[in-house]
Amino acid sequence: MSFSKRELLRYDRQIKIPEFGLKGQKKLRESSVLIIGCGGLGSPVSMYLAAAGVGKIGLVENDVVDESNLQRQILYTEENVGKSKIDLTEKRLKSLNGNIIIEKFSRRFDSSNALEIVENYDLVIDGSDNFPTRYLVNDACVLKNKPFVSGAIYRFEGQVSVFNYQGGPTYRDLFASPPSEEMAPNCATAGVLGMMAGIVGSLQATEAIKVLTGLGETLSGKLLLIDALGMNFRKVKIFKNTDLAPVTELIDYEAFCGIDHSVLESISFEKFKELNPEKVQLVDVREANEYELDNLGGELIPLSEIEEHIPRIRRDGTVVIHCQSGMRSRQAIRLLKEKYGFDNLLNLEGGMNAV
Amino acid sequence: MAMKIKVLCFGITRDILGGFEKEIELPEGASVAFLKQRLTDEYPQFQKLNSLRIAVNEEYGNEELVITEQDEIVLIPPVSGG
Repeated sequence: MSFSKRELLRYDRQIKIPEFGLKGQKKLRESSVLIIGCGGLGSPVSMYLAAAGVGKIGLVENDVVDESNLQRQILYTEENVGKSKIDLTEKRLKSLNGNIIIEKFSRRFDSSNALEIVENYDLVIDGSDNFPTRYLVNDACVLKNKPFVSGAIYRFEGQVSVFNYQGGPTYRDLFASPPSEEMAPNCATAGVLGMMAGIVGSLQATEAIKVLTGLGETLSGKLLLIDALGMNFRKVKIFKNTDLAPVTELIDYEAFCGIDHSVLESISFEKFKELNPEKVQLVDVREANEYELDNLGGELIPLSEIEEHIPRIRRDGTVVIHCQSGMRSRQAIRLLKEKYGFDNLLNLEGGMNAV
Repeated sequence: MAMKIKVLCFGITRDILGGFEKEIELPEGASVAFLKQRLTDEYPQFQKLNSLRIAVNEEYGNEELVITEQDEIVLIPPVSGG
């Protein structure tokens, strides 16, 4: 099937590249790409791949737009806050390119559905924001023999690679096991510069085009490390890890990543307000820079230094511990309970985000 | 004889070591495994990092690789943000 006049015009600038040409454009049209996550990375990846004319794009996402997303998730506008990300992305991509097919999977990508979703695509893009999903994407792609382009961002840093491509290393070859929860900060806890999503997402889209058209040399077998503060781009060679047990089935990735769902005693912000402030000690375990931006008037004892300040935490009465989202306060409570024997701690549900 | 090596810290290792470029003193002939042990002794948080990778001269050397003063050492923990 040949291209219409309009298509030839819209793809003209890339068809003009000698290595790419009509041949490359045809390959893109016959290709399918699955994008996991329509967030910071998914925004540039999905828009560039749709604009470039990838024939079929699958989207996996089940979240709604949050005000704090707008700083880096350039698919969305202020009016979109509270609305379904996947529906907005579909609409945006369709208006960008009416010639392509968009498939939506409005659900959480998990062990029960990953294999059947991945199966029908040529290439997968990992734009997820947590370790359980990253290991799941890896294992599902290994089991279904699909290459995937991985990207991850942190503050002023980025990592990009192509995994499971033509017998090359996988994510597990690089990082055999996940870090413990407290050593695994995400964008919400550690912060990230919005442009890092643009840089890393654009690189992921570029690698996707290379894999789909067979052009150039991909990042398979290499990890690209970006440090935007020094504006250094380093490529580190990575190899197969022969000590690894082969992936044979999908597992419980939350448990694998040590994510603990055990119930802690907690209190909602509404209930907290009803307590007598004179009888309650409120402890904020975020960092000083976060405290400066906004706080509830609690005592600042960052989680990173909490063990040096144990005597400041009361052993009688009620102590309510909070952070930004409720994650770090949970870690703090677990530490204080198990190591220091506190039994009077409550976790403020949802932290500052719930106020 | 001691030698001073330059270590570049990515991700959370930047917080743990308190900077991007750090100088660490090691005995001459120290291996990558020795450096890993030294880091874990000095900064216990490294124990929780499980899959920290140490690249020597832009390559993941094996743990027995001997480090020299001219080498560029990069600490790479996984990051998950998207």
